[in-house]
Amino acid sequence: MRKFFLIAVPYAWLLALFLIPFFIVLKISLSDVALARPPYVPQFSWDDGIMAFLRDLDFENFVFLTEDSLYWKAYLSSVSIAGLSTILTLTIGYPLAYGMARAPEEWRATLMMLIILPFWTSFLIRVYAWMGILSQEGLLNQFLMWTGLISEPLMILNTPTAVYIGIVYTYLPFMVLPIYSALDRMDGSLIEAAEDLGCSRLSAFWLVTVPLSRNGIIAGCFLVFIPALGEFVIPSLLGGSGTLMIGKVLWEEFFSNRDWPVASAVAVILLLILVIPIVLFQRNQQDAEEAAK
Amino acid sequence: MKAQTLAFASALALSAAAAQAEEVRVYNWSDYIDESLLTKFEEETGIDLIYDVFDSNEVLETKMLAGGSGYDVVVPSGTFLQRQIQAGAFQKLDKSKLPNIGNMWDVIMDRTAQYDPGNEYAINYMWGTTGLGVNLTKVKEVLGEDAPIDSLALIFDPANMEKLQSCGVHLLDAPTEMIPAALKYIGEDPDSQDPDVIAKTEAVFEAIRPYVLKFHNSEYINALANGDICVAFGWSGDVLQARDRAAEADNGVEIAYNAPKEGALMWFDEMAIPVDAPNPDGAHKFLNFIMDAQNMAAASNYVYYANGNKASQEFLEEDVIGDPAIYPTEETVANLYTTTPYDAKVQRVVTRLWTKVKSGT
Repeated sequence: MRKFFLIAVPYAWLLALFLIPFFIVLKISLSDVALARPPYVPQFSWDDGIMAFLRDLDFENFVFLTEDSLYWKAYLSSVSIAGLSTILTLTIGYPLAYGMARAPEEWRATLMMLIILPFWTSFLIRVYAWMGILSQEGLLNQFLMWTGLISEPLMILNTPTAVYIGIVYTYLPFMVLPIYSALDRMDGSLIEAAEDLGCSRLSAFWLVTVPLSRNGIIAGCFLVFIPALGEFVIPSLLGGSGTLMIGKVLWEEFFSNRDWPVASAVAVILLLILVIPIVLFQRNQQDAEEAAK
Repeated sequence: MKAQTLAFASALALSAAAAQAEEVRVYNWSDYIDESLLTKFEEETGIDLIYDVFDSNEVLETKMLAGGSGYDVVVPSGTFLQRQIQAGAFQKLDKSKLPNIGNMWDVIMDRTAQYDPGNEYAINYMWGTTGLGVNLTKVKEVLGEDAPIDSLALIFDPANMEKLQSCGVHLLDAPTEMIPAALKYIGEDPDSQDPDVIAKTEAVFEAIRPYVLKFHNSEYINALANGDICVAFGWSGDVLQARDRAAEADNGVEIAYNAPKEGALMWFDEMAIPVDAPNPDGAHKFLNFIMDAQNMAAASNYVYYANGNKASQEFLEEDVIGDPAIYPTEETVANLYTTTPYDAKVQRVVTRLWTKVKSGT
């Protein structure tokens, strides 16, 4: 009985916060636009029963998405921006985590604090701060001009570069923390053993440290990739108008076209794209837990 | 048991307190009021005022169509108001609760009746034109002394834009403003609802797209004032606010606003009460407060937009009522045009075109 309740809690959570909203979105994606409040005509009511609903079911909004190249281009562009950002975050985050894990014991709490500290300020304010740093008259350009490295201000804000900077900056802690926790748990004597057995420091790193932190790397990559894929705030504040991301397309359908059904169809597809990495992520977590046992 | 009773009693006390503190929630455009008016309203009526801001009609419209926004007063522009009235988003005003309604200006009421027949659902807050904000020094530096600062050619002629690119150009991210302007530039009816005619503007935008720094609805105020950009196609009062901020900062930036000589879009921002407003009574009090001649004048003096309140005009400062960029001369008014809402099909064409303009796909 106790076990039942233990399982019921997370499932109730999943039902209330994921499945029910998902079915509402799915239902809207199968409706038609109307000038009303809310602006769609539900094709389903309990009075008519489920059969009538199934009979009237049509996927015209999903078909519409295939007819215009905008949508798949936006999905593709989001995947590539999220993918490249993940790689960049890993490249910066891994050395950071490694340094933290190798730092003297008494420093680690402070270093950890420094990673978490930015969360104490609102995400939006931090993105706005980047606008101040990257703009033409911003701190970065003023500094570079002062040092004499450049004579004309660099154009960074409103370009894809600014979007990458924003995403990498925002999601870096999500990469560092799981890798750090994997490295922190690692037994230092394994490296000594590898070196005793003739490994150079570099090959010991590649053959021992990296594989042992694999779960941390995978967890970090998913924690960055998944939210970056649907990112809306960073590209709209830091990016130029040419930055095509699915979050922005969704916004346009919802706000400019007032076409909730098509907007919902875009969201359903986005979710389907995300389900694959999420399932992979879950499997990785389970493997990690079993390995820990 | 005792603890329970106590908790119950304090919950009761809390809800009683909540019932006493009357609230009015207002959702208005950003940078659009003298904020001392908000405190004044609270002092005069004893009502708590919660004031939120937005910067695009689309955001407001989605909240209105979703329902349950929790706002008592909102400020859509004319065409958006018209569509939201049709969707059943607003309640009719109870004019018996609005004694100050006699202050309103019949000239403007005639125009707003186009969107809200009989002015039954909304009162005019402010109105203005959409036009050209320029940093005089920089634009003349780039285009020479005879730069066409009062012509749509400034932003729609690729030859000008190519040169202006070096100092930065912002356009509005609002297809309902930009497409009529482009139609006017190529000599078509700016209010055209014909998808084929609207499609003609694509070439106009395509030619200038590479030179546009950003499409945005509010950033240009600061960007113009700081000298980050030299041209913005934007809303009259916003450009004038930028002019004012630059003058205050004394940073050598000189901003001017011109309604395009080819013709400018005239728009109206209207205050209305959502059909599901939690406190319609308080909303009426707020509208009546705003329609007070001195209050409305204070708002216009602060934000540099003209208002639809005749009685307020005697309290307006000379640099507001006397500035033809704010209160245009009759001659200019004849050159202003208005637009009507797009239906769902045309709207989709317009949005798609706009996405293509902005992102190239």
